[in-house]
Amino acid sequence: MTTDNTHAAIFVAHGLTKVYRMGEVEVHALRGIDLTLNRGELVVLLGPSGSGKSTLLNILGGLDAPTGGEVRYLDHMLTGASESELTLFRREHVGFVFQFYNLIPSLTARENVAAVTEISTSPMHPEDALGLVGLGNRLDHFPAQLSGGEQQRVAIARAVAKNPAVLLCDEPTGALDSATGVVVLEVLEKVNRELGTLTVLITHNAGIADMADRVIRLSDGQIAEIRANPAKKAARELSW
Amino acid sequence: MKSLDRKLFRDLWHMRGQVLAIAAVIMGGVATMVMSLSTYDSLVTTRDRFYSEYRFAEVFASLKRAPETLAERLAALPGVERLETRVRAGVKLEVEGFDDPITGLLLSLPDVGEARLNGLYIKRGRTVQPWSTDEVVLSDTFADAHGFQPGGTLAAIINGKRKKLTVVGVAVSPEYVYQIAPGAMFPDFKRYGVLWMGRHALAAAYDMEGAFNQVSLTLARDAHEQDVIDRVDVVLATYGGTGAYGRKNQFSNRFLTEELKQLQTMATIFPAIFLGVAAFLLNVVLSRLIALQREQIAILKAFGYSYVAIGAHFVKLVLLMTVLGVAAGVALGAWFGQGLSNVYTETTFRFPCLDYGLNAGVIVVAFGVSALAAVSGTLVSVMRAARLRPAEGMRPEMPEAYRATLIERIGLQRWFAAPTRMILRHIERRPLKSLLTVLGIACACGLMMVGNYQKGAIDFMVDVQFRQASREDLALAFIEPTSGRALHELAALPGVDFVEGFRDVPAILRFGHYHHRAAVFGIQPQGQLHRSLDSKLQPVALQPGGVVLTDHLATNILHVKPGDMLTVEVLEGSRPVRQVPVLGITRQYLGVSAYMQQDSLNALMREGSTVSGAYLAVQPGSEAELYAKLHKRPRVLGMVANAAAIQSFYATIGEFILFYTLVSTLLAGAIGFGVVYNSARITLSERGRELASLRVLGFTRGEIAYILLGELALLTLAAIPIGFLVGVGLVGILVVAFQSELYRLPLVLTPENYAMGASVVIVSALLSGLLLWLRLGRLDLVAVLKTRE
Ligand SMILES: Nc1ncnc2c1ncn2[C@@H]1O[C@H](COP(=O)(O)OP(=O)(O)O)[C@@H](O)[C@H]1O
Ligand SMILES: [Mg+2]
Repeated sequence: MTTDNTHAAIFVAHGLTKVYRMGEVEVHALRGIDLTLNRGELVVLLGPSGSGKSTLLNILGGLDAPTGGEVRYLDHMLTGASESELTLFRREHVGFVFQFYNLIPSLTARENVAAVTEISTSPMHPEDALGLVGLGNRLDHFPAQLSGGEQQRVAIARAVAKNPAVLLCDEPTGALDSATGVVVLEVLEKVNRELGTLTVLITHNAGIADMADRVIRLSDGQIAEIRANPAKKAARELSW
Repeated sequence: MKSLDRKLFRDLWHMRGQVLAIAAVIMGGVATMVMSLSTYDSLVTTRDRFYSEYRFAEVFASLKRAPETLAERLAALPGVERLETRVRAGVKLEVEGFDDPITGLLLSLPDVGEARLNGLYIKRGRTVQPWSTDEVVLSDTFADAHGFQPGGTLAAIINGKRKKLTVVGVAVSPEYVYQIAPGAMFPDFKRYGVLWMGRHALAAAYDMEGAFNQVSLTLARDAHEQDVIDRVDVVLATYGGTGAYGRKNQFSNRFLTEELKQLQTMATIFPAIFLGVAAFLLNVVLSRLIALQREQIAILKAFGYSYVAIGAHFVKLVLLMTVLGVAAGVALGAWFGQGLSNVYTETTFRFPCLDYGLNAGVIVVAFGVSALAAVSGTLVSVMRAARLRPAEGMRPEMPEAYRATLIERIGLQRWFAAPTRMILRHIERRPLKSLLTVLGIACACGLMMVGNYQKGAIDFMVDVQFRQASREDLALAFIEPTSGRALHELAALPGVDFVEGFRDVPAILRFGHYHHRAAVFGIQPQGQLHRSLDSKLQPVALQPGGVVLTDHLATNILHVKPGDMLTVEVLEGSRPVRQVPVLGITRQYLGVSAYMQQDSLNALMREGSTVSGAYLAVQPGSEAELYAKLHKRPRVLGMVANAAAIQSFYATIGEFILFYTLVSTLLAGAIGFGVVYNSARITLSERGRELASLRVLGFTRGEIAYILLGELALLTLAAIPIGFLVGVGLVGILVVAFQSELYRLPLVLTPENYAMGASVVIVSALLSGLLLWLRLGRLDLVAVLKTRE
């Protein structure tokens, strides 16, 4: 394993499996995943619906526990960690972005970001985080007063404002039209470039994969392919 | 099963906590109603049966003395069906091992055969043998209080002569379902007893041979009661009659009627309040529940379900909860009702036996009222949801529009962190919903205060009556009106600190077409022991020449005000009829009476200084000796010791108070918990997504609990003062509804009442908080991100 700083492993997963039991039926969502994710990378997780992308992302983010195998984050073992250890892990190291934004409707854009920075150790100013996503002029708007794309950008600002080591995005453009989607991807790209945050981006849209450093393709709970993408494109050039 | 029905049961199971809480609220309302109505029904049935089977008379009259031959003349009066004369003697009783004064009432039984009217139900032993000389039957209250069994003995002082009596039976009479000594405020089974003995024996001891001093009769089918009363009065006038009266004025029956009236009031008002609150809560809770199902309703509509089908689905959902609540309420109410009926028949009313029965009608009404409340609440929200176009309903709801709260707009926001702002904005965002929640919680607080109000009110009444108005230690009555000089002899007895004479005469008071039978009391203008109180409960001096009336008597019965002229028809002696000015009004919670200066009353009666009895202040420690001395005086008829009366009163009502406190605490608790838990639980459903998102972002359980429970705490705290107002209002309704001639409840609430009201709310909130805390631990973070509710 390399100790080169730019290729330091952030996540190392071995033999991850996840089985959902629903009465008689067992659904094997993950069937043995081995994976290493490195500092500063932008990784796109590709695969058809139901292939286990969200399950994998949730396990990496400490929202869910695998049925078998193990995941290590730097020198923390995530598998077997307690609920409060996982809460602390999310609080300090992980930023999430979801398909449906999940903003708090009763808080303004600035306050949605502040809600997170208030509980982190070395956060950005909420204003700076919103500036980063191009919403410096919408600080005091409530979610209901923002468009879908704007809400998603607030969600990204909220995710990055605590300076997380990892940014996990589950179909961040899924609920957006493609023009708005590009704007959101540009923001993610910028965050990844400027802050060097390991960014994992789920999509079932192969077009988006062109902006990645590496593309991981999942199929039926297994890794079908890991491909480096030397000809990385800017988000602005993408279309789908 | 149709899939919609499957959804129904799954929804019910999913919301089981809330279902139980809603059912608890309905249960509270229904249980109160069933308890009161079934107790009322049972007592009425039992009373009616007792009255008819034991031939309770319809008109009663007392007189000084008339020859038995007069009975025929009376029986021949038009309108009289059946008539019976009796000898009736006020006596003093002696029971071995019991030193307090005991007053007794001896009534004659026919020497041969059963009583034609007012028959006795013999509970134990037998009735007196024909022509027996010393056999008596005891009323069961008195017998039970002293543990008398057939074969026991006691003594009676009849007309100053001591007579030994043998107990042969214990009985209950329709005439004495409720027993209270004349002049006493409360029943005292140890110190007052009714006894029956053979006519011959009693007449011999009481100098009434060949004569009678009491007559009872029943009316012929079409007879008019007042006409018969008037005819009887005419005949008895020359024999010292004190005025015939109907059942309405027969003391035991009057009290029973009043008590039943109050029970009926309770059976209407309490359930109305409880069910009203329950209905209101159901409405609030269900409309929020259904708002949560908005998307599902849209989808059902998209599939082609009709309004009616969707409406029916939710109505079924709600009716199932209602059935659960009503069933539990009927069961609990029947149990309480049985308990309450037992308390009644053990402490106050004596019947041969009580037929407790639960009327099917009561159950139907309970279900109808609850179902109506529930369904109306539901339909409104279903209609609102169903009116949405399907596409609109299915679109993920736009984030709700929030804005900065008033507190923030006036610049206080820097004091609050984001979670606190969320609480404040959420409350301000839905002011109506927050208000309704606050009102619901306040109702629980108010109900609790009502339930616990009685004890404080009774303490207050007793305090006013015995420590402000009737401050004597002992009240004694002479056998007949006596010269005021007798008071000097009493004052000279050892142990007597102070003596105040009083005169009382029975009279009919008339004003316009209103009239009332009451005692006119002649008391001392500057009395130390017996005083008249003004509306602020301060003692006031009586002015000469007129009457002062109890507030209830003046305002609600006779409709007179100070300055009016009242007609007083005295029913004693020469039976004068006089016009007397009303001088003032006195505040009194127990009974109703008219007061005059004793001198003025003596003048009205055209008599010299005359007293009917005396109030005594007694030195502590010398009671026993004094009682013994007074007991031996032939002119002293009866004595009532206040301390003993109060004690026995508390012993009697203690059970009632305990019962009501228990029941109301349980019911108010159920309602309080139902409201608080439901509103918190629904808030959790409404905001679960938001809270789960915060958890994903790294907030701890404690931090999100603060947002959820902080809101609950804030609403709960706001509800407490409003609950106090609700409590005062409900007690006010109760006070007005329970006004009767026998007593009026004072509008007083003790700190204890307030504390009870607040604590039911706080305990409910804490319990709900705990349950929610446990739920927050099970919040599914992943699921909430995947699906839109
Ligand atoms: N909570 C769950 N219970 C049962 N099965 C689940 C659950 N969550 C996901 N699955 C199943 O696991 C598989 C992978 O799901 P997911 O990771 O969400 O797929 P993706 O995000 O790639 O669309 C799917 O077959 C899905 O049905
Ligand atoms: Mg997914």
